[in-house]
Amino acid sequence: MSEPPGRTRLTVTLTVNGSRQVADVEAGTTLLGHLRDGLGLTAANHGCDTTSCGACTVLLDGRSVKSCTVLAAQADGREVVTAEGLAADDRPHPVQESFREHHALQCGYCTPGMVLAAVSLLREQPDAGEREVRCGLRGNLCRCTGYHNIIRAVLAVAARGGPDSAVKGDRDADGLRAGSEHRLS
Amino acid sequence: MSFAYHRAESLAEALAVLAEHPGRVTPLAGGQSLLPDLRAGRTRAEVLLDIGRVPELSFVEDRGDHIAIGAATRHHELAASGLLAARLPALRAAAAAIGDPQVRHMGTIGGSLAYADPAADLAVAALALDARVVLDGPGGRRVLPFEGFARARGSTVIAPGELLVEVRVPAPAVPAAWSYRKFSRDALEWAVVAVLAVAGETTRVALSGMGPTVVRAGETEAALARGDGAEASAALADAGTAPPDDVRASGGYRRHLARVLTRRALEEIGVETAGRGVAP
Repeated sequence: MSEPPGRTRLTVTLTVNGSRQVADVEAGTTLLGHLRDGLGLTAANHGCDTTSCGACTVLLDGRSVKSCTVLAAQADGREVVTAEGLAADDRPHPVQESFREHHALQCGYCTPGMVLAAVSLLREQPDAGEREVRCGLRGNLCRCTGYHNIIRAVLAVAARGGPDSAVKGDRDADGLRAGSEHRLS
Repeated sequence: MSFAYHRAESLAEALAVLAEHPGRVTPLAGGQSLLPDLRAGRTRAEVLLDIGRVPELSFVEDRGDHIAIGAATRHHELAASGLLAARLPALRAAAAAIGDPQVRHMGTIGGSLAYADPAADLAVAALALDARVVLDGPGGRRVLPFEGFARARGSTVIAPGELLVEVRVPAPAVPAAWSYRKFSRDALEWAVVAVLAVAGETTRVALSGMGPTVVRAGETEAALARGDGAEASAALADAGTAPPDDVRASGGYRRHLARVLTRRALEEIGVETAGRGVAP
């Protein structure tokens, strides 16, 4: 019987923050590991490593994912945006600016993931209210428990009509809405 | 994590690889359960076959009396589907209740059902809504009821070399009344217990978190068929189940949750509390 296809080392091509990046990685390399150790982009943080805390959140084709639970190989050929790529022309992204204005960070460890989760949420629901923001950020933990200011910061962007549409390397935002309507009893 | 990786570009390629190497190739769809298990050493894989971008496996399609969903369709797409909102709102709500947005952006319905986690939102929905699963493999296609598909967490009737390719969910022209009640810790979001009740000629009640697979609350359904009210019917919700004692909850607490959540769900779909012919 022939051997199954598949390689333990692969060439992965990503567009990261608008720039094309080609690299050889182990098949088991996570997107987070590749961004941090392969490409030197350390904004996405290594937190729980179990898909729980959200510190590693990045955008994959415009949507938030936990990069500790995505293989670099799964992202091959796709667009990745990290916190390093949010600012345009040296101006912070509106969500970053709002986090600063509302003091929505304390130690800062969760912040890059929190900001990208918020950017993804506001693309899907530009007019998100408090409930939508709370549900939309449920995948991101802040160990400083600074949630109130984080929610204020995101709501302030929503109140201004959502984040600017143009984000470097990721101009494909659509109007899809994700609800979270389960009734918690 | 030590394994080889191969991305299938088409359904034909994926099926050929699986058929030629049964037992040696593990399908990877979104990876939201498989990758954490691989990393923690709870499971192993020789070759991961990535089916997450196979175009023929990603769709939500109206087929008249049922809605067909490709196995690699992501939870986010189900949660955002206007077709599901109109025809299968209970399934849409179950998809929207999964984990968090990041997980919903990657995870797929086929991955969730094939992983057979007894706490999974889509599994309890598939059972309550009487879904069918379509398996394709060396012996051709077969269509099975979802009931009986899962054996235990991570174990299903999918044969070596087969792939879950499609989920079919009966969809009446006017959606039946339904209620999904999920009890979970807020942060990690796997259900401790959840119940989905769907009204109909026979009201179906399915539970997650009450045993090695999702289960129907058979005694509750029988009581409803007799005309019992929500209270008496729900009191039987845990009958015949074997809820585990684990890190999330004790078995006794799960039994309590099953009864309480079932009563609330039944009341929400319009079952009277006391029922017919029962003294108030």
